[in-house]
Amino acid sequence: MSTELTHAAYDSKIEGNIVFTQLDAAMNWMRKNSLWPMPMGLACCAIELMATASSRFDIARFGAEVMRFSPRQADVMIVAGTVTYKMALAVKRIWDQMPEPKWCIAMGACASSGGMYRSYAVLQGIDHLIPVDVYISGCPPRPEALIEGFMRLQRKIQGEQSFLAQKKELVDALSQ
Amino acid sequence: MTAAETALALQEKFPGAVLSITEFRGESSLMLTMASLIPVMTYCQGELAFDLLIDVSSVDNMGEDPRYVVVYELYSLTTKNHLRIKVSVSEDDLNVPTVSQLWPTADWHEREIYDMMGIKFTGHPDLRRILMWDGYPYHPLRKDFPMGGLPSDMPDVAFSETAPLAGGPFVTSSGAMDRVSAEPRAKGEK
Repeated sequence: MSTELTHAAYDSKIEGNIVFTQLDAAMNWMRKNSLWPMPMGLACCAIELMATASSRFDIARFGAEVMRFSPRQADVMIVAGTVTYKMALAVKRIWDQMPEPKWCIAMGACASSGGMYRSYAVLQGIDHLIPVDVYISGCPPRPEALIEGFMRLQRKIQGEQSFLAQKKELVDALSQ
Repeated sequence: MTAAETALALQEKFPGAVLSITEFRGESSLMLTMASLIPVMTYCQGELAFDLLIDVSSVDNMGEDPRYVVVYELYSLTTKNHLRIKVSVSEDDLNVPTVSQLWPTADWHEREIYDMMGIKFTGHPDLRRILMWDGYPYHPLRKDFPMGGLPSDMPDVAFSETAPLAGGPFVTSSGAMDRVSAEPRAKGEK
């Protein structure tokens, strides 16, 4: 995509009120700073997730403090804890109910790989069912680690071609 | 009356019911015949005031006959006595009469044993699986069930896969001299 910018016609009334940017950059900037989490707290990682949301660590600084137990308002699912087979399809169902664009953070060893549970009862990583954007190590990870995961996800979102992804059919039709 | 005296009294009261009495560190365990389980338990709960059923559990002695043992831990809040009642369950007849009419807490304990070990409790008010989902085809606590599990599929309910054990299970060594030798290591089959 071309990065060459042209000057707007000079108008002293709106001088300084216009910022030139790329559409993708603007969309990504808005998306990454209002990541509303879907808290999928399944085990002890959820305690650290709650700590991250509380005042000492405060993910409101990242625009991610809006934890609602409704998948329809969520952008990022934080799978915090051990996913048992009994719970697995429920997690998948809630993920399916989240509107696009959506992302997933696998928080901790259990959500990433089954962790210490090499067991008949535990799903060996939530990536068997849903695509994961960021894996966070730790058992459980400290709130700093979750915030680091959030910042990694923000960096990932920054690099996405949001507009092209949103208008994929239109772009395909135009390029023919 | 101590637990040991209670055990002897039960043996006298129900001739032929008590197969053996084991004493270990002041604890008494009685092995009962299946037919005498309900009469003895009713007597314990009523006359002997064993008003608390601490736990019901089960043991799989694979390779022995009878294969399973169901263990009841009784406690009396009045006499402060602790009594352990056991009953053997053969693999050919996996039925044990329920005691949930005597102690309501037995309801969920027996459901767990049914789920994990596959022993059925006749007369139980609601014998469903309690931990695994309805329709899961195995009983995971049996000795012949592999540690990593077995694949299964119940569409729209749940599925399971075999977990990669990667040489495990990995077991820590207790009483090791240093941290390195205490680390979890693969034991058993190479």
